[in-house]
Amino acid sequence: MSNLLDLLIAGLATGAIYAIVAVGFTLLWQTSQTINFAQGEFVMLPAFLMLAVMHAGAPFWVAIVIGIALSLLLLGLGFKLLLVDPMLRHGVLPLAIATMALAIGIKEAAKQFWSAEASPFPSIIPGGDITIFGRIVALQSIGVLVLAILAVLGLTTLLNRTSIGHQMQAAAQNPTVARIVGVPVERMILLTFLINAFLVALASLLITPIYLAKFSNGEVLGQAAFIAAIVGGFNQVRGAIAGGLLIGVVDNLSAAYVSTQYRAAVPLVLLIAIILFRPQGMMGRPEERTV
Amino acid sequence: MKPVFLASALLATVLTGAAIAQSGAPIKLANVAELSGGGATVGTNWKNGIDLAIEEINSKGGVLGRKLEVTHADSQSNPGVARAQVQKALDAEPYVLLGPGYSGSVKVTAPLAAEAGIAQIMGGEAAELTTAGNKFLFRTSFGQQSSMPKVAKYINDDLKAKSVAIVWVNNDFGKGGRDSISKEFAKYNIKVAADLSTEAGQADFAADVSKIKAAAPDAVFVYVNEEESARILKELKRQGVTVPLVGETTLVGQKVVELAGDAANGARGHVGLTTDAPVELVKAFRDKFVKKYNYVPDHNGLKGWLAIYMIKATTEKMGKVDSKGFADALHGFTITAAKEPGILMDATFDANGDIDRQGFLVEIVEGKQVVKQVLPKLGN
Repeated sequence: MSNLLDLLIAGLATGAIYAIVAVGFTLLWQTSQTINFAQGEFVMLPAFLMLAVMHAGAPFWVAIVIGIALSLLLLGLGFKLLLVDPMLRHGVLPLAIATMALAIGIKEAAKQFWSAEASPFPSIIPGGDITIFGRIVALQSIGVLVLAILAVLGLTTLLNRTSIGHQMQAAAQNPTVARIVGVPVERMILLTFLINAFLVALASLLITPIYLAKFSNGEVLGQAAFIAAIVGGFNQVRGAIAGGLLIGVVDNLSAAYVSTQYRAAVPLVLLIAIILFRPQGMMGRPEERTV
Repeated sequence: MKPVFLASALLATVLTGAAIAQSGAPIKLANVAELSGGGATVGTNWKNGIDLAIEEINSKGGVLGRKLEVTHADSQSNPGVARAQVQKALDAEPYVLLGPGYSGSVKVTAPLAAEAGIAQIMGGEAAELTTAGNKFLFRTSFGQQSSMPKVAKYINDDLKAKSVAIVWVNNDFGKGGRDSISKEFAKYNIKVAADLSTEAGQADFAADVSKIKAAAPDAVFVYVNEEESARILKELKRQGVTVPLVGETTLVGQKVVELAGDAANGARGHVGLTTDAPVELVKAFRDKFVKKYNYVPDHNGLKGWLAIYMIKATTEKMGKVDSKGFADALHGFTITAAKEPGILMDATFDANGDIDRQGFLVEIVEGKQVVKQVLPKLGN
């Protein structure tokens, strides 16, 4: 039982990071029909940007600020203007393929300009332990979980309780009508790209101290977040959150109780089951398209 | 008569010129290593060690008056790619093949080099590599059959552990280590409290460490590659595991210390090669390496360096650059540091290509390897 509690806490901490990345997936899909297969590499890159700033002699907090700013510029604004806008007019599939190419490009560039070797990355959460139900739990696990939950709460508050959030939802649900009623749809779409860039930078900050900074980190993260988004519901932010947490926990439990070798397969089995029996995801809503 | 004389003179001139060109031509070596992928730390250190040694040897006039020249190919830490790269390297007919560092890659490439009759000096440590009768394969470090008995003895005699959790990576290197140490534990009646297989490149060790905690062993034996060692050390610290952590070179190497930070403190292990060895020649190597590359190498940097000096010493012993005779000349050869300082410590190569040399038991203290015991060369 105590072992199960350890596994649940560790799984929720990792799952919360998957959830942040998966939320970005769903936001981009809802507002611009962008399936970003480079989302994992988007998580990998900010850590390297922050490391580069630190190597230039800046303290960690300055590196975080500059790293997030660069992420907004490159992974938010740059991604939308240079890749999504030109490709989207050719359809969803060419754009998806372009993001696959982008993923390879970012990964190889990180390897080329930084190193193929892993690098250490500092944690924003201090080391140490706390006791929960008689179990010693790492402060880092709790910290990651709390920060991820705060980020998600902040985002849902923005989407549901503010005028900008309502405009973003309107732009996502029906851009034509939104335009008619005066919603600046293009600006709202840009905002979702910037939010996604912020989320991936945050995820990078939280996961890299555990995974170490390595050019290949995006492969695991991208796949996990993609599965989480589909399992939870690709068209619902709350679904992506639930999917992320579920995948994190399932991954840890399957590593412990099934087998380490097959741990990667278990979320995929879950994905297949969801596609077969509930294609809209756990919390998603069915969508129909005319052909 | 005159035309015949002139033709003979011309032929002689051409042949002499060719011979001069041949004797002055560089000795070509081919290196296939893990320059990217999970083993990038291994391959990069190995490559840098090779380049440093070649630079030093060439600056002193080369080997038998000829410069050394090496080509580097990336195996991407993938045995399939390694095999293709080795085949390509062998097609260029190198004097000696260097690498790979991963045992799995060595296993699939060794038959190719043997078939070509080219000696292969590699970094793999799996026990089985030198037990298959390959007469062209040579180690630069101890095989598991040499190191694991020392680790098990240390766990039994010094740590007095009665139960141990084994964490190993599911590849040829890890399986070989796990099998060897399990056999040694059985001799001491040490119980295996948990037997945990992990994957190469694994990023998340939370579940594995939870299982270790549940098994409550007296010590944990960790046998995974460098980056994974750093990740599991961090997770072990995160989850508050305080029992002794014991391993081999891959647990207590410089790169692991750099990546794991404070979490590496207290880790112990047997290392065949360490830049913190209390040996003046090793310290001099470390200084040269740091000066050139601006970081402290791990044991793979030493392995790459030693591979080149093995080639130099063996070639000078033969007195000629003879690719086909190289392997025979290295079998049974003892290279002494007194005669060839580049070899750093006296080393003997047996008929299987295994190496005998002094080893060390180290512990990480405040981010540094501290040598606790020096284990002498067996053949002293």
